[in-house]
Amino acid sequence: MSDICVEISGLKKSFGPLDVLKGIDLTVQRGEVVCIIGPSGSGKSTLLRCVNLLEEPTGGKIVVNGTELTDPDVDIDAARTKIGMVFQSFNLFSHLTVVNNLTVAQRKVLKRNEKSAQEIALRNLERVGLSEKVNAMPAQLSGGQQQRVAIARALSMDPEVMLFDEPTSALDPELVGDVLGVMRQLAQEGMTMLVVTHEMQFAREVADKVLFMDGGYVVEEGPAEEVIGNPQQERTKTFLSRVLDPTHHGPGDPE
Amino acid sequence: MAMSKRKRAQYFRYAQYGLLVLVAALIAIFADWEKIRTAFFNLDVAIKMFPTIIVTALKNTIIYTVLGFTFGLALGLVLALMKLSSVGPYRWLATIYIEFFRGVPALLVFIAISAGVPLAFNLLFDIYSTAMLALGIVGAAYMAETIRAGIQAVPKGQVEAARSLGMSVVRTNVTIVIPQAFRIILPPLTNELILLTKDSSLISIIGLTGAQYELTKFGRETLSRNPSLTPILVAGLAYLIITLPLGYLSRRLERRTGGKKVSVV
Repeated sequence: MSDICVEISGLKKSFGPLDVLKGIDLTVQRGEVVCIIGPSGSGKSTLLRCVNLLEEPTGGKIVVNGTELTDPDVDIDAARTKIGMVFQSFNLFSHLTVVNNLTVAQRKVLKRNEKSAQEIALRNLERVGLSEKVNAMPAQLSGGQQQRVAIARALSMDPEVMLFDEPTSALDPELVGDVLGVMRQLAQEGMTMLVVTHEMQFAREVADKVLFMDGGYVVEEGPAEEVIGNPQQERTKTFLSRVLDPTHHGPGDPE
Repeated sequence: MAMSKRKRAQYFRYAQYGLLVLVAALIAIFADWEKIRTAFFNLDVAIKMFPTIIVTALKNTIIYTVLGFTFGLALGLVLALMKLSSVGPYRWLATIYIEFFRGVPALLVFIAISAGVPLAFNLLFDIYSTAMLALGIVGAAYMAETIRAGIQAVPKGQVEAARSLGMSVVRTNVTIVIPQAFRIILPPLTNELILLTKDSSLISIIGLTGAQYELTKFGRETLSRNPSLTPILVAGLAYLIITLPLGYLSRRLERRTGGKKVSVV
């Protein structure tokens, strides 16, 4: 198997007259952690959602794990089992217990038997530190716990790559650390990850590569230290100074 | 001295109570209680209705209702999915069906099923099939809209999460969306069941034999043999045996789903 996990070329996406992605190229190596940063409306989430075809691209090519997703004849359901997705709003199945959230797709999609699905589910719950919540309902968990269950649910499918769409944006500040901790641990274990985030510290410490997006383009890309520590583009500098030090800007400051 | 607003409201309320007592007293004095008693509360007639009213009439009402509700629920689910389909003709068909059967009186549907269908198709339905079809066809039109609303109330994120795990569209609907939709619509569905229970009385439009009598028909039949409205009152009370617990159930379910909001963000 090649060492390239995700390969995106010339990706375009428009919603009606609105061009959100205007030609994105991105290659993610196996085991690489790529963080995508940028202002809201820059197309970060859309880019991520194109990688498992939750959004249908308007143009360009996406290859994940050697399967071309943009091929009209692709078996998208099969391809998606290898792509884990974690959402900003968790999206746990609210009518199922934690363990059933983790086993339902294993059983119905991967056709694993009840016993092995449960074993895998328990192992992944342990990985995110929530073994004691096996039989809880999602509504009984805090946001941070729900998000960790969501991560465990995605991991239970044994994905080749994990996509994180602002996984900590909906959390209370004191719960962010737990989720980032789990993600950091995943990165150390060698999981290929694409993360849309506003957590600059996390991106800096964990990412192998950082993409700064604005206006539907990748404005700057490179090692985390360079893009976040020493940005070259003016737009990147403005964005980072606003994010890293929000109190130093008046509302009317020029971009 | 002008009365305060609070005082005035208080006197006004006393006046209302006074009027109420006066009306009640007039009725009590001038009403012919003996006549009312024999007209509505003839105990002898009421006792004669037992146990048939329970073992036959109530039982049949429940059977007809359950048959109709089950068929209507299944058909309603299909219609709801058609109405949400991306295929135009499915949507149009479902819309026409719902608008038609919601708009015409259930009584006409009963007549059509029991008299029209045998004429047109040379098919003769037994009483259970007729009840199931007629009640189901009418009930489905109402339930389809309820189910559609329930499906649409399931957050989009649930579908995205299911599809991201590799579930097909059908699998997502069966495993994730429809179970959640039914949780949401359990209270209104219980109300549909109450309405169908009462609509089951329409079946008496077609000829029923004694063993097929449901509550309304049984009440009217007894009425024709006794110069008293008691059978109608008793039959009415028998309906309450079904509908009151259902109403209570519906309110409880509503409180449960309303009190503990499902986190959807």
